[in-house]
Amino acid sequence: MTTEAATIGLTHGASEDTGLGHRGPESKSIVVPYGFWLFVLSDMVLFSALFATYASLAHATDGGPTSNELFDRTLVAIETMALLLSSFTCGLAMIVAKRGNMVWTLGWLLVTGLLGFVFLSIEIYEFASMAAEGAGPQRSAFLSSFFTLVGCHGAHVTAGLLWIGTMMAQVWTKGFKDHIMRRLLCLSVFWHALDIIWVAIFTIVYLIGTLP
Amino acid sequence: MTPDENNLIDVAPGLPHSNVLSETLAYVIGLVLALILTGVSFWVASTSVLWGPGVAVGLVVLAIAQMGIHLVFFLHITSGPDNTNNVLALAFGVLIVFLVMIGTIVIMTQMDANMAPDPALMNLQMQH
Repeated sequence: MTTEAATIGLTHGASEDTGLGHRGPESKSIVVPYGFWLFVLSDMVLFSALFATYASLAHATDGGPTSNELFDRTLVAIETMALLLSSFTCGLAMIVAKRGNMVWTLGWLLVTGLLGFVFLSIEIYEFASMAAEGAGPQRSAFLSSFFTLVGCHGAHVTAGLLWIGTMMAQVWTKGFKDHIMRRLLCLSVFWHALDIIWVAIFTIVYLIGTLP
Repeated sequence: MTPDENNLIDVAPGLPHSNVLSETLAYVIGLVLALILTGVSFWVASTSVLWGPGVAVGLVVLAIAQMGIHLVFFLHITSGPDNTNNVLALAFGVLIVFLVMIGTIVIMTQMDANMAPDPALMNLQMQH
């Protein structure tokens, strides 16, 4: 019985591979970013459902304002610049953090947060002026899906801003310990992922939505 | 001993052994490429030089290119051996994203074309 099981691979001898690798599980510095990467990818799947909804409803304006009448490309260009630059400074913060430079890490994180705040302020201004014109989320299916998609991204940016503030406080009080560095790495992955989603939003919603 | 070996000995294991400049350079290259692609996207969307019906497709291609730039230069998704798990997870994520998006758009467009309501009924709904 035992020999039969061994031939078809049900048991293994002492010297054989257990499937866990010869060194056992990977270290936390590998496992934690991998797990967070899986979360980010699942977040992208969530956004893909919102994008699909928006694409299906983009022309269901119910006689109300259309995307061509509502969107302002200049504002979107400024938002795009702010988010792209904040992604860049977030990377710079990680570079100096790996070398244990407190002042520059806090500085670049602050710049990242301020650029994110500029982005969020413009978005809130845009939402408020649309709602004031009577183009709120309850106006048409197109606007419901627009506010859901872009608002969900804005909510992520808000969470990212809170996280940046938290990490600045933790770096300041606890220094560059291993677990703080892991959290910083997760934060940078999250922030870069938000910029990737924004690329899809400004292309599909704003640029394609305002084609002549 | 070559200079390279000296570099490796100077740092403890697990710490980054490339210098600040070369690491920063990767982010600068990524930023410049992303800026160029963003600029081209906004230009393509506003110019009338290009063939109209092709513009939307071109914009989607530019967006996918820029996402690739972000993944490589900012998120450091590479083909290196320690990155295999990340790449496989990404591939599966991309598969699901495309299934959800393309599947939804195809099905909803078909239903829209085949099940459009009676124009008279539409008018009644619009008038309430």
